[in-house]
Amino acid sequence: MAGSASMSVAVGARAAPPATRDAPAVRWTLTAIALAFLALFLVLPLVVVFAEAFREGIGAYLASFDDPDALAAISLTLLTAAVAVPLNVAFGICAAWAITKFKFPGRPLLVTLIDLPFAVSPVVAGLIFVLVFGLQGWLGPWLVARDIRVIFAVPGIVLATLFITFPFVARELIPLMEEQGTEEEQAAMTLGARGWTIFRRVTLPNIRWALLYGVILCNARAMGEFGAVSVVSGHIRGRTNTLPLHVEILYNEYSFVAAFATASLLAVLAIATLVLKSLVEYRIQRQVARASAGAAGREALP
Amino acid sequence: MKARRMILATVLGLTAGAGVAAAQTRTILNVSYDPTRELYKEFNEQFVRHWHQETGETVEIQMSHGGAGKQARAVIDGLEADVVTLALAYDIDAISEEAGLMPEDWQARLPNDSAPYTSTIVFLVRKGNPKDITDWDDLLAPGIEVITPNPKTSGGARWNYLAAWGFALQRELGGFEKLGDPAAAAEVGRAESKAREFVTALYRKVPVLDTGARGSTTTFVQRGIGDVLLAWENEAFLAVEELGPDKFEIVVPSVSILAQPPVTVIDKVADRRGTRDIAEGYLEYLYSPTGQRLAAKHFYRPYDRSSADPDDLGRFPALSLFTIDEVFGGWQKAQAEHFNDGGLFDSMYKP
Repeated sequence: MAGSASMSVAVGARAAPPATRDAPAVRWTLTAIALAFLALFLVLPLVVVFAEAFREGIGAYLASFDDPDALAAISLTLLTAAVAVPLNVAFGICAAWAITKFKFPGRPLLVTLIDLPFAVSPVVAGLIFVLVFGLQGWLGPWLVARDIRVIFAVPGIVLATLFITFPFVARELIPLMEEQGTEEEQAAMTLGARGWTIFRRVTLPNIRWALLYGVILCNARAMGEFGAVSVVSGHIRGRTNTLPLHVEILYNEYSFVAAFATASLLAVLAIATLVLKSLVEYRIQRQVARASAGAAGREALP
Repeated sequence: MKARRMILATVLGLTAGAGVAAAQTRTILNVSYDPTRELYKEFNEQFVRHWHQETGETVEIQMSHGGAGKQARAVIDGLEADVVTLALAYDIDAISEEAGLMPEDWQARLPNDSAPYTSTIVFLVRKGNPKDITDWDDLLAPGIEVITPNPKTSGGARWNYLAAWGFALQRELGGFEKLGDPAAAAEVGRAESKAREFVTALYRKVPVLDTGARGSTTTFVQRGIGDVLLAWENEAFLAVEELGPDKFEIVVPSVSILAQPPVTVIDKVADRRGTRDIAEGYLEYLYSPTGQRLAAKHFYRPYDRSSADPDDLGRFPALSLFTIDEVFGGWQKAQAEHFNDGGLFDSMYKP
């Protein structure tokens, strides 16, 4: 998802002239098919979520949140995102910085490893943590002896979420920082700036929109992750259920209004994410356009 | 540096937070299987009140529900269950064997093989029984889709499978007397291959295998997939009650299996957490008149019928039930032959 978004940004920046000479009828048909598909598979389910959530009126809708388990799920989800997102921002900036500003052995390996969570199924990601921290795993007995709980407790949920949302920030930053090159940092260095100052006054302002974009995607995934979290959660009510897990529980208990009401919270989050994402995308596009215009200008010089 | 300190502080904070919360009120975690949600919701409230009256202490009962096999696996991997109330003995055996969290003879510690309630497997069909399903044979009729969960992860699914197998055996042999008889070995062998054919044909009619019984129920009742749901009797009653008797009805087959969902304390966890007294009291209370009455109310057949409401008891149809010991020689054997990797189920179910 994130990869394709930044691809489109990059392609847009190198804008080629429109390449199709197809008849308008073909174009309209293709557009209509795409839109119909979108309506059927994206808009309709969203409408269903809200329709089901409000089926018994706004009172029943609000009542579904007046439940200690629901509130616990909401606060656990917020806590998880509050820990996972800042850590991944820190990691993402470090990784992108290292990868784009320096050449070092093992650089391609690092680039590949960052993508690992995209490649691995979330369920497998969860199982990895069970194998490492589980009672039958490598660290399990050691942790139990010290009365530390990782899986089937909050730390495990945070860890699994961290793993799943690992690539989002770095993936957004790397293409942009590659595009921008190191000239501005070198210029700052010749003017006597030190590492931290360069980062704060040169690099960070250049990447802030891409960073925000990464944070938004990272946050959405952190709050919405189901598979990996489900494996490490243990499903203890009021303790280790995040919002997506809570939706499943409610649905399985025939509490359909409450299930869809909770799902609608996640849907609202998704919509807010999309709106923010579009705004930020627009800003990045302008920024990349400026950067490549600048680069083109420099290359044109003899 | 700062980031590292932050990580450390967060992790420490989280674990410390969990520790403080546990010190305030004593809690026990009951790890249960899928269809017991409603039963334990009510039972827990009653137990908390009972425990408070008896001891003056306010305790908290936490619940976790899921497919029985999956839940047992989680306990083996460290989910800190003080008690487990699972769908079948084998899954609890696995906890004892693989993690050594309680003695192997756990099943002898409470009455009735540690099963405070029993159940059986029945069919749930759409109102009016449009496909005219009355017994196990009818499931194989052309054009019928059967919904049952995955025996690898769900306890209910294993009972379903064994009930179907038992029916086929009984049809071939006319009863179960010949099973242990060396003179009838050839006949039993033929009957077993017939049973295998029957169950194989049955699983060809299953469009989707959910991981737990409740998942299968929602597939059938909510998503409208399939013509018949093989279900726990309690699960079938509950679906009819929750979703309307105008939509579904229960069909009782001629013969089915006596399902004994057992309960036990996980000794090592309860001792480590200092909750053994609550855990034991909790399970004993299941056998008390209140526990038995609640079991019957939630469509489980109580172990002690005398304390249940006669109206509740009247809902359970009479049918001929065989036990797993009688037909399959116990759970260990049934599990090894049928459900373990490389067992019969693997060879017959190819999606």
